[in-house]
Amino acid sequence: MKLRRTMLFMPGNNPGMLQTADTFGADSVIFDLEDAVALTEKDAARILVTEAMRTMNYGETEVVIRINPLSSPFAMTDIDKMARLKPDAILLPKATPEDMEILKKELERIEKEEGFESGTIKVHALVETAYGVETVYETIKSSNRIQAVLLGGEDLAADLAVKRTKDSEELFYARTKVVNACKALKVDAIDTPFTDTNDYEGLAGDSRKAKMLGFSGKLAINPRQIDTIHEVYSPTKQEINNALRVMAAKEEAEKEGLGVFSLDGKMVDLPIINRAIQTLEIAEMIGLLD
Amino acid sequence: MKNILEREIPEFIEGYGNVKQYKGYLSNKDGVIKKDFKFKTISAQDSKLHTDLNKLMDKLPLKDGMVVSFHHHLRNGDFVLNMVMEEIEKRGYKNITIAASSIFPCHKGLVKMIEDKVVTQIYAAYISGPVAEAISQGKLERPAIMHTHGGRARIFESGERTIDVAFMAAPTSDEYGNINGVDGKSACGALGYAHTDAELANIVVAITDNLVEYPNTTIEINQTLVDYVLVVDAIGNPKGIVSGTTQITKNPIGLKVADLTAKFIEESGYLKNGMSFQTGAGGISLAVAAQLKNIMKRKEICGSFASGGITGYIVDMYKEGLFKALFDVQCFDLDAIKSAKENPAHITMSASMYANANNKGAVVNKLDVVILGATEIDTNFNVNVTTGSNGVIMGGSGGHSDTAAGSKLCIIVSQLVNSRISVVKDKVTTLTTPGETVDILVTERGIAINPLRKDLLEKFKDSKLPLKTIEELREIARNMTGQENEIEFEDEIVAVVEYRDGTVVDTIKKVK
Repeated sequence: MKLRRTMLFMPGNNPGMLQTADTFGADSVIFDLEDAVALTEKDAARILVTEAMRTMNYGETEVVIRINPLSSPFAMTDIDKMARLKPDAILLPKATPEDMEILKKELERIEKEEGFESGTIKVHALVETAYGVETVYETIKSSNRIQAVLLGGEDLAADLAVKRTKDSEELFYARTKVVNACKALKVDAIDTPFTDTNDYEGLAGDSRKAKMLGFSGKLAINPRQIDTIHEVYSPTKQEINNALRVMAAKEEAEKEGLGVFSLDGKMVDLPIINRAIQTLEIAEMIGLLD
Repeated sequence: MKNILEREIPEFIEGYGNVKQYKGYLSNKDGVIKKDFKFKTISAQDSKLHTDLNKLMDKLPLKDGMVVSFHHHLRNGDFVLNMVMEEIEKRGYKNITIAASSIFPCHKGLVKMIEDKVVTQIYAAYISGPVAEAISQGKLERPAIMHTHGGRARIFESGERTIDVAFMAAPTSDEYGNINGVDGKSACGALGYAHTDAELANIVVAITDNLVEYPNTTIEINQTLVDYVLVVDAIGNPKGIVSGTTQITKNPIGLKVADLTAKFIEESGYLKNGMSFQTGAGGISLAVAAQLKNIMKRKEICGSFASGGITGYIVDMYKEGLFKALFDVQCFDLDAIKSAKENPAHITMSASMYANANNKGAVVNKLDVVILGATEIDTNFNVNVTTGSNGVIMGGSGGHSDTAAGSKLCIIVSQLVNSRISVVKDKVTTLTTPGETVDILVTERGIAINPLRKDLLEKFKDSKLPLKTIEELREIARNMTGQENEIEFEDEIVAVVEYRDGTVVDTIKKVK
């Protein structure tokens, strides 16, 4: 299991940020060649990201590169240059099943040319259009390269011609649709970023809401957002203690040969055990278990 | 010869004299003899008040080779040093020694005076800007002496050097020389660095742009020490004196370093009721204070005192009950000035009380935790805050060495690699603060504990904080930046770095 509580965007043309990308504690970093990079800087960003990928050791941090949309004149060069660096994943913006097909073919070609094992260049899909939301299930289904779907609320709101608000009611349908498709096909669902980088309470509230809907993490646009998001997406002490008690009761029941058992007067069934296992896995990964 | 810090220090330096070698930060325990001081009698008929610099200068016993002093509380907005030195230059005096607690870019007019041999020696705890560059280029006839804030008090209190005339910027004064720094259009707050000069100079001239009716009701330096009061239109540019509010950094790396630092302090055991604390006005330093504030509030901890240069942020912590008192040697912003005036437990202190190693006990000795910066730090934890990456002077100890030596926990905070330059070096270009007084380095890529602090190594052996050896941090940085080229210097010594006790920790050579 790969944790993606936070995926932090970093401009691909900022050497200082590329150099320190892994120090903020984000589970994933996304080197951006798209929105954060001016049209005249696209080349520079590709060169800098290439050098960073060759020079830096980002350790356990997942490194993702966001290419430009396939509708732009930059996308094919982006794919050709970036896929050869073999980042942990390529992030496809404005993802649709049709674009995914094109990307897939390109990646297959590059894998052959580079002698990479087939299917090893992974993809995350950024869903940020009404069409993308409606077809998200097909997009994920189209390739087993896809590991996560990210929701892009800003572009989506523009496409829907609605106002982007702080409580994100306008994204409710898209959020639940994306989560459901991701859960159905066992990939991660990552929520849209919260754009007011000075409003930590708002960020915490927005993160809690998305977690409640089923998202497994959230995009971040500033390193200062990471701690707040992690707090929401990390199990609480109480959740960890409950999980430990469930596992202890399970072990006890197994010793006694009981198939079903109860804890605090409530029956413990498989979903509860699975949730406890997952909680403990996450707690272990982020060092919350003693 | 090489001193115990592995620096090549001659026994004698031309233009400086015999060298007292550094033998450890606690090696010089001799108290200093306070210099004999003779009052001049001023009778009831005498007036101290002058409104014309020219006429006042006629009265002063100026001569070639004299020592004139200035404090730096007006920082980069100071007019007084330039105003006085221009007059001295006009009168044709040569071979002047300037003893300024610090020199800033606004003092660039000194460069020509250095070239013309009007000024031939400088004492300061901090020098930045064109004067610093001129010194590094070898233009000053004798080596500049870069002491510490506490060291400056010791130099003059001991009579090692004598100040002939102190020209003292006074944001507010009455006609008899009762001075404060908290009132007036050029208010700068505490006047900690002016006390030494007021108490020990043969002649003290207060220069003010805010003359108030006698008696001035707020007095930091009193009339018994002041010979003359000169009224001028302006002693400084308020914009360069203090900032409106001092801001906490928004730089995510700085915040990351601050976060790690606060967590380290929390785990160290020093964060408890009665803790004393000092931090600078720099972005990361203030961010550490912000993080500590949250922890102190959560844990309901009340500290003893915060000291040093005081900022509005530290004043807020005091107001919220997180510190019982503030010891203030200089104010960094308007809120600090206001507080120095209004809050009885906001105590102004002299540089000697703050940091002199050889008096009966300085405030730094009572410090638990100090947060300091570094331009470079080597794998022996020696710190450079004097020269930049090109070898040119760009700062100086100020209170760095003093607080490092006095405090129980001295933490250096810095970005590990900034603009392709690693802060950790095999050997610092200039040694300002000896590594034996530095306990911790915190960077965004890990925390290193000085191996001399075996107690801390033991305490943190099971910590989840990212602890590394300083050699490991050096290696991480080297992998990113490559091995640096050594800076090339000429043989000529252009400045001497004096430790707080007057021993020499390093010399600075002329840049090529």
